[in-house]
Amino acid sequence: MLKFRSKSPKGEMNIWLTSMGLTVGLVMIIGLFSLIVVRGLHVFWPKNIATYHLKEDAKSKMGPNAVLSAIEVKKVQKKLAGAEEGPAEFQIFIGNKDVYGLPFKFLPEAEIARIEYEKDVMIVERLEYGDAILKPVELMLEDGTRIKAGSKNFIEKLHEAVEIGTDRRLDILKIEKGKIGVVSDKIANLKDDIARYHYHAKKKGTDPSEKVAKAHEKIEKLESEFATFSGEARDLHELQEKAILSYRLASGQEKSMPVAEIVEFALPNQLNFSGKVKSFAHSFWGFLSQNPREANTEGGIFPAIFGTFMMTVLMSIAVMPFGVIGAIYLREYAKQGPLVRIVRICVNNLAGVPSIVFGVFGLGFFIYVVGHGIDDFFYPWREGRPTWGTGGILWASLTLALMTLPVVIVATEEALAAVPRGVREAALACGASKWQMIQRVVLPTAAPGILTGLILAMARGAGEVAPLMLVGVVKVAPSLPVAGSWPFGMDQKFMHLGFHIYDLGFQSPDAEAAKPMVFATTFFLILLVVLLNLGAIRIRNILRKKYAAGTF
Amino acid sequence: MIHVDDFSFWYGEKQALHHIEMMIPEQKITALIGPSGCGKSTLLRNMNRMNDLIDGVKHEGDITLDGTSLYDPSVEVISLRKRVGMVFQKYNPFAKTIYENVVFALRVAGNRNRKELDEVVERALRGAALWEEVKDRLHDSAFGLSGGQMQRLCIARAIANRPQILLMDEPCAALDPIATLRIEELMQDLKKEYTIVIVTHNLQQGARCSDKTAFLFEGKIIEFDDTDKIYNNPSEQKTMDYITGRFS
Ligand SMILES: Nc1ncnc2c1ncn2[C@@H]1O[C@H](COP(=O)(O)OP(=O)(O)O)[C@@H](O)[C@H]1O
Ligand SMILES: [Mg+2]
Repeated sequence: MLKFRSKSPKGEMNIWLTSMGLTVGLVMIIGLFSLIVVRGLHVFWPKNIATYHLKEDAKSKMGPNAVLSAIEVKKVQKKLAGAEEGPAEFQIFIGNKDVYGLPFKFLPEAEIARIEYEKDVMIVERLEYGDAILKPVELMLEDGTRIKAGSKNFIEKLHEAVEIGTDRRLDILKIEKGKIGVVSDKIANLKDDIARYHYHAKKKGTDPSEKVAKAHEKIEKLESEFATFSGEARDLHELQEKAILSYRLASGQEKSMPVAEIVEFALPNQLNFSGKVKSFAHSFWGFLSQNPREANTEGGIFPAIFGTFMMTVLMSIAVMPFGVIGAIYLREYAKQGPLVRIVRICVNNLAGVPSIVFGVFGLGFFIYVVGHGIDDFFYPWREGRPTWGTGGILWASLTLALMTLPVVIVATEEALAAVPRGVREAALACGASKWQMIQRVVLPTAAPGILTGLILAMARGAGEVAPLMLVGVVKVAPSLPVAGSWPFGMDQKFMHLGFHIYDLGFQSPDAEAAKPMVFATTFFLILLVVLLNLGAIRIRNILRKKYAAGTF
Repeated sequence: MIHVDDFSFWYGEKQALHHIEMMIPEQKITALIGPSGCGKSTLLRNMNRMNDLIDGVKHEGDITLDGTSLYDPSVEVISLRKRVGMVFQKYNPFAKTIYENVVFALRVAGNRNRKELDEVVERALRGAALWEEVKDRLHDSAFGLSGGQMQRLCIARAIANRPQILLMDEPCAALDPIATLRIEELMQDLKKEYTIVIVTHNLQQGARCSDKTAFLFEGKIIEFDDTDKIYNNPSEQKTMDYITGRFS
């Protein structure tokens, strides 16, 4: 019988090395990903509110603020000189910016006498000044009825009052953004018309006064409409002040606020698990669907999600035809020789150019040359009020399309090259011209590979921030980058998740408050990129299944 | 009728065909046999100018189809290929449905008449003895078929436009014996309508199904005669050696 010596063959070490490399990479990716998911989702989980009673000696220093209701953020060990561990401190979230100034505070563990979890502490998300942590005292409804906190239907009534306020806030928004927005758009258009009349009249030497007078008449009419709508909005605003919630802080200080200021409230110390899950889902959805408030540190990120989505879609629409057509020319038509090789090398190297360079190019070419050109040609009377000669979602998308073009070209070329020769010959043998062969046989066969290129391009484009800062991303956009009529909002500035992260993390006035938002926003950016990619992968799989490559 | 008239062919510097002289009869099966690399495919692919696609080729002499030269400037390659269909060694259906595969030639010719296309699909698939097997899944992907079915689909695709001539380059090389048998039977049916030129590596197959046989060796025609004569009583020693398997 033969016996095999288990002597490891040459090269076994290298297998270990490759698997180790893979493991390191995987661990890093999984680690980063779970960090973002855990920290990002943790933001929405309702946390219990502790009430900290400080010791006597601290009381003399802090006065009435020696009792604080707050959420523990983390416990830290203060570092002393000489690397010695110092006393422990709690970082706590006290909220109530309007009273305390700073919403976060460090509390030395040694100063705390006891910690209590009171059932009736409430956390209230407000339109302004962030969250408040409070104990409700009394609710005064719009009709003047007063309900004491602790009475049976207090919470229910408060919910109702908050709902009335929210509904009315939406009504106000409808008037302000909708009706008033339409009117002021019309006024702006008329003013633009007047400028145009003057411009044309000056050029032709005619008298514009008749047309101008007509426009002015219309503007006056619109302005009176404007006043009516503003009056409506003002009346509603007044109503919003009527229902009042009075409350007490942990220090005993009494305060009150209009119920309409409340976005949401919760009593986390009373919530059981399913209640917390519900509250989690609620905040999650709120973050997803609301507009940001308070310099982006409060509220949601909906405009940023929408802007990112829109930009990625526009970019894909722009990059696909150019990339595919370019690759078709390079691979199918151009005579393969040194020139084509050089072009190919250049295209490949373009993928390595830092993205900010594309941003500068987008600013210089799309905005200053193309945009200003369009403005000068089509709207010469709008001097100093650029329409296209300023950053906007179209230019941003085109800039990123340019940046991701090499990815699409390279992937498409590879996909074209992988189309078997036999299929091409068969098409020609059937009497197809070269273009018919490419269009009807080669492209469908290469479609999954081309989509892989698009997927890579989207993954790169959606997460890009630097070039966007030059070509149209803003911290707060007045409106979403869509519109019902030409140019469909494509000239609008827009918000973007990547920039939002940068803005929150590095530009925010309140770094502590921004930190959880950064994680949550990052989570959604990754989620959006993953979803967009899954969409493209799905299309690719459908194509693959339809033309399952079988034996090829 | 195809007349190959003193035809020579070069790939760059390398001469692949030397002064080929052949008259291919109508509605018969003509087989090209010979050791691999002897130029069978090259000759066949010149009959619908498939070799034009390759860089650096040149030719001398002529090939005529019903008296007109294939290289006549007035002959459009595309319309030529409509008259001369081709089936390749490796079945190569398109990434399309069975139906679209069959009507491809008509589609590129701009035919959009649904009724006509439907008729062509049925006729071509029946002609390729595939109709009964696929008539219920005409709109499924062609890649769902077996190898033999795919090759018959390629034949259907080649005959959809009713070409005069059908060129087949080792059509059974990638198939199992049963599928091969079906294709051979099919060829007997097809020759009633089409002139067939087939390249084969398989001597039994050549003997079984062809009417005329040409033996090529190193780019030259050694012998071209009735199949019976070539296999039973060849005039040339080289043919004899090849038939009897003394070299290949
Ligand atoms: N595209 C090509 N470029 C250069 N030489 C080729 C090409 N195709 C075939 N040849 C050469 O021409 C000769 C004939 O080839 P081919 O006709 O394919 O032979 P067969 O089909 O009889 O096996 C071979 O020597 C082959 O190497
Ligand atoms: Mg061959």
